Amino acid sequence: MSKEFFGGRGVTRRRLLQGITSGGAVLAAPGLIRGAQAQAGDAIRLGAPFHRTGIGASYGRWYERTAMAALKVINDQGGINGLPVEIIVEDDGTDPKRGVEVMEKFAAEYKVDAVFGHLFSHVVAATAPRAGELKMPYFLCSEAHTLASGAFNRYCFQPSITDVKSQVSSMAPWIASNLGKKVTLIYPDFNFGYDHRDNMTAAIQAQGGQVVADIAIPPTETSFTRYMPRIPFNTDVIYHVMVGPAVLTFVKELGEHLGSKRPEIFGFIDSLEAVDMDIPQLEFLEGTYFWEAMPRYAQADQSAADRDFRAAVGVDGNGASLSDPKDVATYAHMFSVWETLFAIKQAMEMADYRGPGQKIAMMEAMESIAGFREGTEFPQGDKLFNGKTHQAFGHQNISQVTDGRLEVVHRTSIEDTLYPDECDYTQMSF
Amino acid sequence: MIHNGRLFALILATIAVLFALQFALSDYLVLAATRILIMAVFAMGYNMLMGYAGLLSLGHAMFFGAGLYAAGLSSYYWGSSLPVSFLIGILASAAFSFVIGLLALRTTGVSFMIVTLMFAQAAYLATLYFSRITGGDQGLTLPTDARSFSLLGHQMDMTSDPVRFNLALAIFALVLVFMFFVTQGPLGRLFAAVRENEPRTRMLGFDTYRVRLAAFTISGTVSGLAGALYGLVFGYIGSAFAGFHYSIEALLFTLVGGPGTLLGPLLGTTVMTMLIDRLSGLTTAYLMIVGVILILVNRWFPKGILGTIRERALPWLK
Repeated sequence: MSKEFFGGRGVTRRRLLQGITSGGAVLAAPGLIRGAQAQAGDAIRLGAPFHRTGIGASYGRWYERTAMAALKVINDQGGINGLPVEIIVEDDGTDPKRGVEVMEKFAAEYKVDAVFGHLFSHVVAATAPRAGELKMPYFLCSEAHTLASGAFNRYCFQPSITDVKSQVSSMAPWIASNLGKKVTLIYPDFNFGYDHRDNMTAAIQAQGGQVVADIAIPPTETSFTRYMPRIPFNTDVIYHVMVGPAVLTFVKELGEHLGSKRPEIFGFIDSLEAVDMDIPQLEFLEGTYFWEAMPRYAQADQSAADRDFRAAVGVDGNGASLSDPKDVATYAHMFSVWETLFAIKQAMEMADYRGPGQKIAMMEAMESIAGFREGTEFPQGDKLFNGKTHQAFGHQNISQVTDGRLEVVHRTSIEDTLYPDECDYTQMSF
Repeated sequence: MIHNGRLFALILATIAVLFALQFALSDYLVLAATRILIMAVFAMGYNMLMGYAGLLSLGHAMFFGAGLYAAGLSSYYWGSSLPVSFLIGILASAAFSFVIGLLALRTTGVSFMIVTLMFAQAAYLATLYFSRITGGDQGLTLPTDARSFSLLGHQMDMTSDPVRFNLALAIFALVLVFMFFVTQGPLGRLFAAVRENEPRTRMLGFDTYRVRLAAFTISGTVSGLAGALYGLVFGYIGSAFAGFHYSIEALLFTLVGGPGTLLGPLLGTTVMTMLIDRLSGLTTAYLMIVGVILILVNRWFPKGILGTIRERALPWLK
């Protein structure tokens, strides 16, 4: 047999073995790449599994920018308990399997003090049990009701953004009294849509209203005209939560079907996060209403905290990047990353946290927090934090599209967003 | 009698090395190895069909998903113990792959690829459609009491890293040995005969439809076994695992490692998993780099790593 058994292309067995060995070493050895050999006690390390790629990429991009802006503020203030803070970012591909892998990497390789920043609910649902098993504090920036329903474990917290149940139930009274009581629901035919369908149906019935039609649209659909005739003539309000790349087509076809004599329309800004509102395809939305956790457009009564937050992250008054007006932020959601970092900071300071040995003390401190005051650290507004359900409650905004901008027309009280506890994580062991 | 004794010795040595790895590798790499072993079982199932029987399926995620859901849902709703749920997962994926095989094997070539893709897409959409049961895209997190089981008087805790690794290794080893005896025995030769020249095999008096159905069912069952194991070890089931992406992963793992080689899927899964794991920490363009590497591998080593070595140096490596 020839020594050069790869057809004489100059690849010898020895060179092949050398290549395989060195390649294997690179693939196998942690620490050869970066940051793996952290020394406990020299810094606070936080793992950030962001959706850099996959369907959540537009959110992930802005979550990362927001986290880095908050990190700068925290370190400029002297870090946490005198220790500098580092954030290690990994891409989870908006994929549940990769989410779990990244959680394992943070726990066993980077040995971080806590993990934060997951948004998409299927990634959260896969990762949360693993976080508990790895005994890793896990701070969510998601909206699913799963945490507050008791399905996770004591290591999971959501100290900033509110859950869908809270959002929907707090806005239903305003919708019923201002827009109408006969509601047609249009939602994606998967879990995110079902969350809205179930909570909205219950909430509107509690207001004496009714759902006159519910239209589930498969996620693979690219044309919606055949669903439009299913909207009953007696509809007062269309409630839509469509998401994905086909949402612009949906809006356009909805407009073509309804024309000028349309019912009121209420949607969730999730549909149009990172999308410029002032484009011809969205003209039909003029005069319609949206939920926003944090208003994308700077309002006339803009708070100092909102102004500082925009400046720190690099967002203008229209919710777009200061360096590129076409690069629209996921402004209604991304504050949760900022606020979560400051919530972690507060809990660590309460526990005088200096290293992973004090994780339990830090989590107990978090459970003891009753809420957060609006300010630079919590620019979205005041929060109540329920230590039993590990879930935050805050104000919700209803905005109307006016001249291609979203103007806030109603802001709920925090009390409107509350509902009875469904679990008590403090009864679980760590 | 053992045909191809050298390959069998290599398999035993591989299992021994894998067992020893847990004492040598860092904590994280043991966790990564656990995932790799489970996904390698999936790729081995895929390899049975693609590598040995020459049938290229684009829908094997449906079998992975069938095992995952059958095991996970039985545990979630009926509270069945983990071994029972695991068995249910295997049986369900066996029945599912047999039925799908009956239909899909009426086609060949490109039609077969499209039919498997369509079945898989229908299965994926079914997991979304029945979301009240399956949890849809958000999935279901298995309850805490489904995280341990008793085996011969010993409590097996699925949250313990050594238990997870050794359980994954034990099942991987069993499947590997099973695959060895199937592929290196008379049935495996029939698979190869169908792959190389189906009309001739038929002329020799064999019912090639049945042979292909056997390969399809074994392949689907092993893939489903991997899904059941994944769901129970990680305590989560969700529709993403039945998506197209996972069908392609099995194909890629097999292609890189070497279709038609017993250890190719393990090698391919290891290389691809660690490549993604390392590169994702360095650049956001890691999938692009992985894509370029795959193109290069396909260009220069179309038979995969072990396939190339088999062709040029070690003909018994199959």
